[in-house]
Amino acid sequence: MTIEHTHFRQPLQRTPFHDRIAAMSTTEEWMAWNTYKVARVVDKLSTEYFAVRSGCAVMDLTPMEKYRITGKDSRAYLDRLVTRDLSKLRPGRVTYIIWCNDDGKVIDDGTLFQLGEDDYRLCSQHHQLDWLLMSAAGFDVDIKTETHDVAALAVQGPTSYSVLTAAGINDLEELRPFGIANLRCGNIPVSVSRTGYTGDLGYELWTDPENALPLWDAVFGVRGQYDIQAMGLSVLEMVRIEAGFIMPGFDFNTAESAVRNGYDRSPYEVGLGWVVNLDKGHFTGRKALIAEKAQPIKRQLTKLLVDGNKPVGEAFIYDRKGGKLVGEIKCTTWSPILKANLALADIDFVNGKLPAKLWARFDYQRELKWRTAWAECHAQSKPFYMPEHRSATPPEPF
Amino acid sequence: MTERNDAIVIGAGHNGLVCAAYLARAGMNVLVLESADSAGGMAAPRTISDDYQFPGLAHAAYPVSSAIRRDLKLDQFGYEPGKAIDTVALDADGRHLTISTDSVSGDGLSELDEKAYAAFRAQYLAFAKAIRPLFDNKPPRLKDMPFADLSTLAKLGWNIRMGLGREAMYEFLRVAAINIYDVLNDTFDDDRLKGAIAADAVMGSAMGPRTPGTVLTWLQRLQGELNGPMSLLSGGKSQLVHALTQSAEDAGVTIQFNSHVAKILIDNDKAFGVELANGEMLKAKIIISNADPRSTFSSLIGAPQLDAMFANRVAQIRGSGVVAKLHLALSGEPEFTGLAQSQLGNRLLVAPSMRYVEQAFNHSKYNEYSEKPVLEITLPSLHNNSLAPDGHHVMSVNVAYVPYSLEGGWPEQKTSFAYKVISQLGLYSPNLKSLIVDHELLTPQDIEDQFHAVRGHWHHGELSIHQSFMMRPVHGAAQYDTPVDRLFLCSAGSHPGGGLTGLPGRNAAKRVLDLGGAK
Repeated sequence: MTIEHTHFRQPLQRTPFHDRIAAMSTTEEWMAWNTYKVARVVDKLSTEYFAVRSGCAVMDLTPMEKYRITGKDSRAYLDRLVTRDLSKLRPGRVTYIIWCNDDGKVIDDGTLFQLGEDDYRLCSQHHQLDWLLMSAAGFDVDIKTETHDVAALAVQGPTSYSVLTAAGINDLEELRPFGIANLRCGNIPVSVSRTGYTGDLGYELWTDPENALPLWDAVFGVRGQYDIQAMGLSVLEMVRIEAGFIMPGFDFNTAESAVRNGYDRSPYEVGLGWVVNLDKGHFTGRKALIAEKAQPIKRQLTKLLVDGNKPVGEAFIYDRKGGKLVGEIKCTTWSPILKANLALADIDFVNGKLPAKLWARFDYQRELKWRTAWAECHAQSKPFYMPEHRSATPPEPF
Repeated sequence: MTERNDAIVIGAGHNGLVCAAYLARAGMNVLVLESADSAGGMAAPRTISDDYQFPGLAHAAYPVSSAIRRDLKLDQFGYEPGKAIDTVALDADGRHLTISTDSVSGDGLSELDEKAYAAFRAQYLAFAKAIRPLFDNKPPRLKDMPFADLSTLAKLGWNIRMGLGREAMYEFLRVAAINIYDVLNDTFDDDRLKGAIAADAVMGSAMGPRTPGTVLTWLQRLQGELNGPMSLLSGGKSQLVHALTQSAEDAGVTIQFNSHVAKILIDNDKAFGVELANGEMLKAKIIISNADPRSTFSSLIGAPQLDAMFANRVAQIRGSGVVAKLHLALSGEPEFTGLAQSQLGNRLLVAPSMRYVEQAFNHSKYNEYSEKPVLEITLPSLHNNSLAPDGHHVMSVNVAYVPYSLEGGWPEQKTSFAYKVISQLGLYSPNLKSLIVDHELLTPQDIEDQFHAVRGHWHHGELSIHQSFMMRPVHGAAQYDTPVDRLFLCSAGSHPGGGLTGLPGRNAAKRVLDLGGAK
């Protein structure tokens, strides 16, 4: 038998939806995501953006890391793995989770789907199999990667409920945020969760890869009735910042990737203290987090509204114009819907408190000439954009 | 729940007793729980065929440190290190070498080797002395170092630089992490001499003379010699375990036998008691485990109650016993070809060359036993005739190397292996076979079953560089306190490791008291 070594001709895998997206792509702007080829922009950034915010945008989620966790100790295993109290999680529900190393530093975040009794799906940003397996010692659990076995599609935006209903998925009206339902789209079995990374009304569809194209076609089959756009990762970056969602490995160094001492971050330092429950019993990192909580917080990833409309980019933050360096912007976007400059910044706290004033010093180009500017920043505690319609059950029909 | 103790020590091995005695002398109310029916663990005497008593798994030892003798008033309770013994390197042709602490003699040994031996001993004892501060104290913490650790390191640095002097320091730094094979080849010509020293450097470890780090295991062994010469453990009231038990009980320690701890009870990441195999629960303000760190964390606690990385480090601890113990009940005094009967009371070694030792080691790597094993032979009854009936004797033999998991299984091959060892002994002592009344072989699996040492390792984990000092047993539990609040370690699995030294027990007790005792 001869083995044909042709993998190098196609270094990035194609997702089950690839053919459809490639046919729609006018930009040919592709990027790598977890060994898959995905669109950065399919057609036009602005139409994709406004589809998420005022219509319906569809994004291929297949490359997301997915793990199936089963076995009689699976709940106990997950309780020891994650910082959050899972006691309210039930079959058919999803919850946002993070997990830490022994030092209480964040390894990754993700969503945990309880599919049944002792049956869970964990979706994460980064590859986690080694950590999940290492954490399994002493538990009767089975952990499998199913990244490549499940095709996943995000359908997001204010009209997403109506689009999916028109496409033939019934019984969505009672599905609450963070709920899962096993439904059909015509004759295609599809698991639908009311989840997403856009901060808007939205769903994620999970199905067998062989059903991927029919499912795509069913959704895009109602394109005449609704504004439906295929969307790339560039828009996702804009809308997730608007929604105040953070991205481990981009907005902060994860515990597994940090090399230098002090370059990793605890949940408190990235504003995720709300998913840490120190009273739920033992979990990895608990002792370190108890010790950290007893001390004034040293720094925090902070949401900033930046004055003006110049692109801030990656900038340093000072405690006053020309003052002391207190932090740096980790990600930023112009929000068309809010008409504002938004940023997430890593800010050093003083005696456990955010500095009273924050100023960004940044460089920008005007007609190819570099200039320096200062803009005052205003810390926000709430997500920048969180429309009421995102959590209405049943969702508003269009 | 039964009444509350200040401290529960799991296991009445010598380190558990030392730790308990120190804590009790500091005013704590200490309960020691032992699964066997007597104290001593691996140093507890054992009997076969009713009348033949053996010292236990350990059959020879150096004296414990003068600090422990003084602090625990051991001499007052009858402790007496036995008569100093020499080592006889046996030769199949009867050209044996007699090796004592500072000299060596024997047929065919060159004057050069004799001189080199004296110099070698002096130099390595000086090295051993230089690193002594590391052994008498908790291993230093490298991050956020407290003053006490700084002082340990300062003493160590001073000893190595000023105590040894520049030339010797260079030599120490050259050899500290290398193998004993190269060092001995650089120093001596005589195969018998090199084989004997190499065997001592690696005995008990899954290492051959060519394994890196075997100079360090040799220096660890020499720590004992700084306290005095080696002697046989031959039973009676002068033995360490007897005196330790007396001292501990005198200080108010209660030792409860036949009490096998099945579980360490933890609430809110804090240890508060233990559960015995019979279901009884006992509470204490602190728990100190003299069990193997691997069984302490993996069995008595369980990975789910620990952080993932720490549990993983514990699971990765290396340590599989490679030494079996053969006990022979003899109807008379054996004769060894070319050896005067007056020499029989010494420690007899079969390790005729480093090549022999290395080849014996090779088999254990592939789950085979060695057909030509390294043997360490003692006859304790020559030092205490009450160990065997009149005119009879007991012989205790350490047999290296054997694997923990034998290809084909130990139960099926245990007897045939014992016979093979006996025939090997017969090469040196032709009349031995005819004297054997009974025998007992303890394989690493038996050692695990009977002494609860994981994979039958004497030292509760290999004494390799990556498992020594601030990495013993693992980072995160190297200073006797553990990630579980109120739980401490005191076994040979902790710094500074194995041997009948009592140092882990003493250092652990000191650490408990430094951290506030039972408060």
